Amino acid sequence: MNFLITAKRFLFCSLLIYLVLKLLFCSGLLTEYIQQIILLAFIAILTSLGLNVIYGYTGQFSLGHAGFYGVGAYTAAYLGAAFEVEGLLGFLPILFLGGAAAGLLGYVIGVPILRLRDDFLAIATLGFGILIRVLLDNSDKVSEILGGSRGFIGIPKLVNLEIAFGAMVFLLLVTRNLIFSQFGLFWRCIKDDELAAGVFGINTSGLKLTAFTYGCFLAGIGGALYAYLYSFLHPSNFDFLKSIDFLIIVIVGGMGSITGTIYAGFLWVAVIEGLRILLPTQMLELRWVFIPILLIVVMMWKPFGLLARKESGFLGLRGER
Amino acid sequence: MEFLSYFLQQIVNGLQLGAVYALIALGYTMVYGVIRLINFAHGDVFMVGAFTAYTLISKWHLPVYLVFPLTMAVTALLGFLIEKIAYKPLRAAPKNSLLITAVGVSLFLEYFLSMNSLLTPNYIAFPRPFEVTSFHLGLLTINNIQLSIFFITAFSLWLLYLLIYKTKYGQAMRALSHDREAASLMGIPVDGIISFTFIVGGALAGLGGILYGFAYPQINVFMGIMPGIKSFIAAVLGGIGIIHGAVLGGLIIGLSEVFVSAFLSSTLRDGVIFFILFLVLFLKPSGIFGKRIDKV
Repeated sequence: MNFLITAKRFLFCSLLIYLVLKLLFCSGLLTEYIQQIILLAFIAILTSLGLNVIYGYTGQFSLGHAGFYGVGAYTAAYLGAAFEVEGLLGFLPILFLGGAAAGLLGYVIGVPILRLRDDFLAIATLGFGILIRVLLDNSDKVSEILGGSRGFIGIPKLVNLEIAFGAMVFLLLVTRNLIFSQFGLFWRCIKDDELAAGVFGINTSGLKLTAFTYGCFLAGIGGALYAYLYSFLHPSNFDFLKSIDFLIIVIVGGMGSITGTIYAGFLWVAVIEGLRILLPTQMLELRWVFIPILLIVVMMWKPFGLLARKESGFLGLRGER
Repeated sequence: MEFLSYFLQQIVNGLQLGAVYALIALGYTMVYGVIRLINFAHGDVFMVGAFTAYTLISKWHLPVYLVFPLTMAVTALLGFLIEKIAYKPLRAAPKNSLLITAVGVSLFLEYFLSMNSLLTPNYIAFPRPFEVTSFHLGLLTINNIQLSIFFITAFSLWLLYLLIYKTKYGQAMRALSHDREAASLMGIPVDGIISFTFIVGGALAGLGGILYGFAYPQINVFMGIMPGIKSFIAAVLGGIGIIHGAVLGGLIIGLSEVFVSAFLSSTLRDGVIFFILFLVLFLKPSGIFGKRIDKV
């Protein structure tokens, strides 16, 4: 019960946000397109949270996050097609299995790869991300449903506000508790000084692996939600640039800050999709000219991100870093 | 006999691609050496080089011997400006902010230049500055474009070798990559040398862009992304920060890419490169020529 009491402010806030969103969704003020963007923001936050656990909290530089996101998406979509899943009860296990597949892959890859450090780890994960993209491009040779470079079509649209928001809130809560448990303490120790952490008897390689597996699991869940939100998957949605998207959210929000990831996730999706709506059609090509400039300016203004290692009160973490 | 000839032909093709990768990888490895940054914008400097050469040849009709120095000057200037405007204000910032800034610069260059009023996102045919003639040497067929690529690359590598190992600037660059603080205490102008590194790296990327245009006459604003990533991998493969390592890494990547396309499947070629990378990183994480394992 302590779990719920410490998080009561967070749960209360989420309930409030949910009610507001539900009202907006039902009232018809928001078009289908904007509703989809809001759900996409939840997915982006969830996936970036996984990267924040890996990079922001544990300090393991991963540039292949979109690969795990893609594995989650394709696994969930494939399982859904194979077992002809319908309805919520059928969807939840699929969602979990999508996350589990990405987590398992993260574990298997993590065992050898996490021996590397810093930029070497970055380049190895980057390579792995591209490898996954290549495999997805060739996936139609394994099974015709996967579609290869033509894309995976015909996934039922099962994700609605309740599922996306519920999954995000639940996993935010789990992540928050993990971060402020002994696990999280050790993760942060490893980030600050791996050698010293090892000297204090922390099992550094084991805990790095735990963080990596958990982060990939979150990416897989995000991917599975994405698959059932957009009902179409293409390998190009999971390439290197997508990994960069998540990295931007984590770094702009602030490394090691759940609140920062939430804000930056919303901001990122709002800026990308908002400019699409705001700019007149003939200026639409300027969208990706503005975004990088904005990014560079933000980085010069706040080199440590918007909320580096700070949490706002609503997570129920008074006094804790 | 037929097979042997085909095999030799693939070696030539692989070396041709590898030479371009080596030229780009040098810029990555030098920049990484002095400021420890994966300069994601470097692939786009290469792209700008290809487009500058295209403009000079097909719009201004300049002779080839002028195209080379002019293009290299443009990309050197671009490298210099990128460092001055985007990276220098962040010298004291954490490394990941610098990385995101580099990604920002890269995206900006790509999308700014891909506007319809500028270069457009379409593929453009790169003009051949001279007729292609093939020479038959026994089993081997080699054309003048490949010959000129090999010759120019070798010549510029020799110049680079002289620059880095025989001049004060090169000595300062090497000192900087060993220990930046100690170097600045010894009176080396750190900012100046960093700028100089970006200038040399930019010029080499520009040269790579011209040669790429000669060899694969289809250019596009987004052409820098994959060669950029592969060249960085080449730099890591040979041992990051090590000049001859980057050259060897580039040649390995180029050869394996061509061989996989020729004998297995062209869709798998990117995958195989990363497989090689994993292998090298596990067996020798500091790269082929890397001496020490990086401490924290």
